[in-house]
Amino acid sequence: MKTLLRYREIWLSIAIIVLVAGVALRRPTYASPANLLDVFNNTSLLLILAMGQMAVILTRSIDLSMAANLALTGMIVAMINAAFPTFPVPLLLVLAALIGLGLGAFNGVLVWKLNIPAIVVTLGTLTIYRGTTFLVSGGKWVNADQMSADFIGLTRWAFLGLPLLSWFAIAILIAFIVLMTRTNIGRALYAIGINPTAAVYAGIDVGRTKFIAFCLSGAIAGLCGYLWVSRYVIASVEIANGYELNIIAACVIGGVSIAGGIGTAFGAALGALFLGVINSALPVINISPFWQMAISGTAIILAVIFNARSERKHGRIILKSVEGTNG
Amino acid sequence: MTETPTPRHIPNRLDSPLRSALFSWEALLILVAIAIFIVNSFASPYFLNAWSLSDLTFNFTEKALIALAMALLIIAGEIDLSVAAIIALASTMMGLALQVGVDTPGLVAIGIATGLVCGAFNGFLVTGLKLPSIVVTIGTMSLFRGLSFIILGDQAFKGYPESFAFFGQGYVWWVVSFELVLFLVCALLYYFLLHRTNFGRRVFAIGNNPVASRFSGVRVDRIRFTLFCLTGLMSGIASVLLTSRLGSTRPSIAQGWELEVITMVVLGGVNILGGSGSILGVVIAAFIMGLVTFGLGLLNVPGIVMSIFIGALLILVIALPIVYGMLKRSRA
Repeated sequence: MKTLLRYREIWLSIAIIVLVAGVALRRPTYASPANLLDVFNNTSLLLILAMGQMAVILTRSIDLSMAANLALTGMIVAMINAAFPTFPVPLLLVLAALIGLGLGAFNGVLVWKLNIPAIVVTLGTLTIYRGTTFLVSGGKWVNADQMSADFIGLTRWAFLGLPLLSWFAIAILIAFIVLMTRTNIGRALYAIGINPTAAVYAGIDVGRTKFIAFCLSGAIAGLCGYLWVSRYVIASVEIANGYELNIIAACVIGGVSIAGGIGTAFGAALGALFLGVINSALPVINISPFWQMAISGTAIILAVIFNARSERKHGRIILKSVEGTNG
Repeated sequence: MTETPTPRHIPNRLDSPLRSALFSWEALLILVAIAIFIVNSFASPYFLNAWSLSDLTFNFTEKALIALAMALLIIAGEIDLSVAAIIALASTMMGLALQVGVDTPGLVAIGIATGLVCGAFNGFLVTGLKLPSIVVTIGTMSLFRGLSFIILGDQAFKGYPESFAFFGQGYVWWVVSFELVLFLVCALLYYFLLHRTNFGRRVFAIGNNPVASRFSGVRVDRIRFTLFCLTGLMSGIASVLLTSRLGSTRPSIAQGWELEVITMVVLGGVNILGGSGSILGVVIAAFIMGLVTFGLGLLNVPGIVMSIFIGALLILVIALPIVYGMLKRSRA
C-alpha cells in the first residue's frame, strides 16, 4: 500500500522539516510560527503558479509564458488602478484572472487547433506578452504612490493571523487537489499524459484537454499578476523575468514528471515550499544570497535524479495505485 | 521532447503541402528575409550602407554560433537550456584568469575549455544518468549561473588586454568582422557534419527513433554526449566573443539568450520534437533575426518591443504551412 506517491511527499516534507530545523539550530527565531507563516506567505505566489504549470506539464506540454502573462496582466490591472482608483479591487482581481485566461486560451488554441508543440507556442507568446507589456505601459513603472490603498492592502489584509495572499494559496491548493483527484478534467489531464493514444480510445479529446490546461495556467498566471503587483507594490516590464523556470523547477522538485502523467498538486506545492524555505534560510544562516541560484540548481538536479530513479522502479503512478487497491 | 501523442502526424513540416509544392522551408525563410530587408531599406536611410550591414551581424553571430550546435541537439531530440548560463560561467572563468595575469591565448583557451566542461557535465547527466534533458539543463542553468554569482557577487571584471578585444570587435577585411567570418566557417563545418557525414545521419536517426537507432547499432548515448559537448563548446566560443565585445564580465551576461537561440533554431525549420531540420535554415533564420532587430533598432523601436516581432514571426512562420495544409485538405 505504500505508494510511490505518498513516499515522495513524505520524503519532501521531511526534507523541508530538516531544513527548517537545521536553520533553527543556528537561529532559533527562524522556526517561530510568525516567521514560518511569513516564509509561507513569501512562497505563496510560487505555489499558486506551480499549480497552473503542473496542470500543463501533466499533459506532456509546458507553459513558458506564465511569467510573461503575469507581468502583462499585472501591468494592466495596475494601470487601471492608477487611472481609476475607485474601481473596486475585487473586480480587478476577477479581471486579472480573465485577462490571464484569455492569454492562456490563446496558447491553448494554437496547441489545440494547429498542433504546434507547446514549447514553441509559449516560447513565442512569452516574448509577445513581454513586449506587449512594454507597449501597454510605454516602459514606465506603476509605483506604490500611484496605487490605491485597497489595491495594495488586499493581499495584506489579515484573517486569522494570516495575510489574504496565504489564504489564496491555500484555497487554490485545495481547489487543485479536488480538481486533480475528484473531477473528470483532472483524470483527463493524467490520462493524456500517461498514454495519449489510450486516452483517445477512452473518449478523451486530447487537444481540448490541453486547451483547458492552458486556460487554467493562464487564469492562474493572470490572478498572480494582480497578487504579485499588490504584494511587491511595483508593476514594471521586468517583473518575474525568468520566473517561468522557477515555476517549472518547483513542479519538478515536487515530483511532477516532465514526461507527463505523474505528479500531484500537493507535491508541487511542497516543491514550491522547498524552494521558498531555501531562499528564506540563506540570509538567516549568513550565506550570501548569491548562493541561492546555485543551491536551487543543485536541488533541481538532485530532484530529477530522484524522480528518474523512482519512476523507473515503480512504474506510473495510477497503475501503481490501482494495483495497490486490488492487492 | 515531451510532446503530443502521435509525433509523426503532428507538425512535421517535411510533409506539409507547402513544402512538397513549390517552396521548401528554406525558400520560405529566404523570402521572409528579403521582405524584411526591403522593408528595412525603405524604412531607414541609414540601413543600406556597408557599416550598418556589418553592425547588423553583431546582433546575432554569437547566438547563431550556439544555434548551430543546438540545431543538432534538437534534431537528436534533446535540448539545452543552460547555454546562456555557460556563457556566464565561461566569462567568469576568463575574468578569474585575467585577475592572475593570464594573457589572451590563455583566456581564450580557458573560456572555450569551460564551455566544453559544462557541456560534458550536461551530457553526463543526460546520458549517464538517463535524465530528461529539458529539466537537467534547467537545473544546470541555475547551477552554472549560480556559480558565476557566487564567484563574482555584484562586481564585474574589467581590464581585458588590448589583443583580446579583437575577437568581439575586430575586422578581418575592411568591414567584415571576425565574428561573422568565424560564424560562416562554423556554419560550413556544421553543414558538412550534419548533412554529409555518417555522424549527421545518425543524429537524424536518433531524433526519429532512438530505440530503433540503438538496435541498428548506433551508439545513441555517445552521440548525444558528443552533441552536448558541442553546444557547450560553442557556448564557450560565444562567451569569448561576447566578453571581448563587451570588454567586461558580469554574472548577468547573456541573460535570456537560451530562449533566443532556441527560437532561432525552431524558426530555422528544425522540428522541436526532433528528427528533421537543416543548417541552412538555421543560418537564414539567424540573419532574419539580425535583420528584424537591427531594422527595428534603426527605427528606434526598443529591444523589448522587437521581441513581439520575433515571437510573432516564430508562431506565424510555423503556423502558416499548417493552416495552409488544413485549408487545402478542407477544400479537397
